[in-house]
Amino acid sequence: MSPNSTFPDLEEAPRQTAYNDVPAGSAPVADTTGATLAGFRNAEDLIIPNVEDVVEESTHPHGSDPVTSQTMILNMGPQHPSTHGVLRLVLEVDGETVISCAPDIGYLHTGIEKTAEAKFYSQVTPLTDRIDYICPMTNNTAYALAVEKLLGLEIPERSQYLRVLLNELTRIQSHLVWLGTHAMDIGALTVFLYCFREREDLLRIFEAISGQRMMGSYIRIGGVALEPPADIYDRIRKFLNAFPKHIEEYEGLLHGNPIWIGRLKGVGHLSAENAIALGITGPPLRASGVDWDVRRDMPYSGYDKFKFNVPVSQDGDVWARYVVRMQEMYESVSICHQALDLLANLHDTRLNADAPKIVLPDREQMKTQMESLIHHFKIVTEGFQVPAGEATSSVEAPHGMMNYYVVSDGTAKPYRVHMRNADFANLQALETMCKGRLIADVVAVIGSIDIVLGAIDR
Amino acid sequence: MPDPITNPATPDAIFGKDAVCEALADHVAVGALKHLILDAKWDRKELTLTVAPETIRAAAQAAKDAGYNFFEDVTAVDWYPAEPRFQVTYSILSMGLKQRIRINARVSSDDPRIDSITSIWPGANFYEREVFDLFGIHFAGHPRLTRIMMPDNWNGHPLRKDYPVEGYR
Repeated sequence: MSPNSTFPDLEEAPRQTAYNDVPAGSAPVADTTGATLAGFRNAEDLIIPNVEDVVEESTHPHGSDPVTSQTMILNMGPQHPSTHGVLRLVLEVDGETVISCAPDIGYLHTGIEKTAEAKFYSQVTPLTDRIDYICPMTNNTAYALAVEKLLGLEIPERSQYLRVLLNELTRIQSHLVWLGTHAMDIGALTVFLYCFREREDLLRIFEAISGQRMMGSYIRIGGVALEPPADIYDRIRKFLNAFPKHIEEYEGLLHGNPIWIGRLKGVGHLSAENAIALGITGPPLRASGVDWDVRRDMPYSGYDKFKFNVPVSQDGDVWARYVVRMQEMYESVSICHQALDLLANLHDTRLNADAPKIVLPDREQMKTQMESLIHHFKIVTEGFQVPAGEATSSVEAPHGMMNYYVVSDGTAKPYRVHMRNADFANLQALETMCKGRLIADVVAVIGSIDIVLGAIDR
Repeated sequence: MPDPITNPATPDAIFGKDAVCEALADHVAVGALKHLILDAKWDRKELTLTVAPETIRAAAQAAKDAGYNFFEDVTAVDWYPAEPRFQVTYSILSMGLKQRIRINARVSSDDPRIDSITSIWPGANFYEREVFDLFGIHFAGHPRLTRIMMPDNWNGHPLRKDYPVEGYR
């Protein structure tokens, strides 16, 4: 390079490192975790590549070179349409075969657990809606159950069955989103339109009950937010009577479809031992042959009074997960019918727990009775104290087991709220399911574990 | 129903190792972990066993051998400014017994370190990374302990109590 050149001499200029303070020119330094920062040769190191990595990588021949038997690193997401949100996968591929797969998450981390520590107990409920935004009612239920356990509150039967009804409708709604998007990933676009047609009916039912299509915050500590509208049970019944026919419609589109069968059968296999070791729950666990459902095995909110089957499959592949979820929709319809029957006998009974210092009073009472006005004012301005202790609630969400761990120090704000969502653990199993398969199978497997990134990143 | 605010303690709560071991002598987890537990609590029909952080791997293995086959969750609670500051909380489920236990270990703030249980349950991998990221507790023996939620160049650990909820640190 000539001395008059305006370009800096690359050999002598100090190299900038992007994310760490490694001294210039030094050998790759091990960080506290033991991993070397420079010189990535596997998928995980590529998650945060620095300038040295990129320069080094550019001088190497890539996997497409027929002479060298090198693998290629492929970045998938976070804006990839089949990753169902902002999931980033770094795949190491040999030809089209996946050798390793490292999920990179955190793009949707909003610090809900931290925010919850600064809010009153009742103000946390709307935050829980936004965690797993495909099943807000389930999140509400799990949080309410944990706080009610701390408070020692007893919930009237009517509220309990209403919760069951809404939880099951939410499950149907969530499974419809799953089926539509899963089929769309595989290439069957029509199914998506049919699924969202029925989902629209459900969202309108949710809007009629809670005033909101998705983030209803309807299930509150001590019961539910409002008395449901008078005609809502008939509307739900009408939907439930029509819905099994619609499931048959979806099955008609998919069940005998050779492309659907070819893309799903035998793909993404997960054994029962691996599923338990990796913490898988929900339909993927039952599709691997483990007969475990929180609703039946550790009943909550009056689920012990309902009769339903838990669909289980022994195959452990993507097809098995499809079949299990389709059968679950039929079971949910049956549970909803039973809940409606039970609710019909409980028309004029109490809706919310008898705890005026915890449950907000009826609007009518608040405007007419001094006592209710005082309670309302107190709950809104200073919350309510929760006895010190820790409690875990566990519910069967559409995606799997959802636990809420709430710690109280005796004040009006939770000391710690932690959510265990099924999606987070289910994502861990992705590599096990994808190893040795084709890239196209990764798309099918992501669809089959039905992840929501809001629940993973929180 | 008694007012939960004026009657905070649940009447059937049992505190202390000896009291719990005596009252719940038949409980599978109490029997299996008896030699390891420092403190115990039976409250709101939930069993909490406290073990020393050095023995967490032994405790997890003992629980697994006793039939608590399913690892659910590990998280932490920051009891700042108390010492030992961090409470690492494991939630473990037995699918056969249909029971859930909680194993706690208290870790001090000057060297927040505890053994990883990924060798016993590989599913603990992401959960331990999350605790490392948000609380700054090191899990010795973890295959790849890096930040999972926050960017790699982030300063501080957001879920610690001395980290502000709003504004800049």
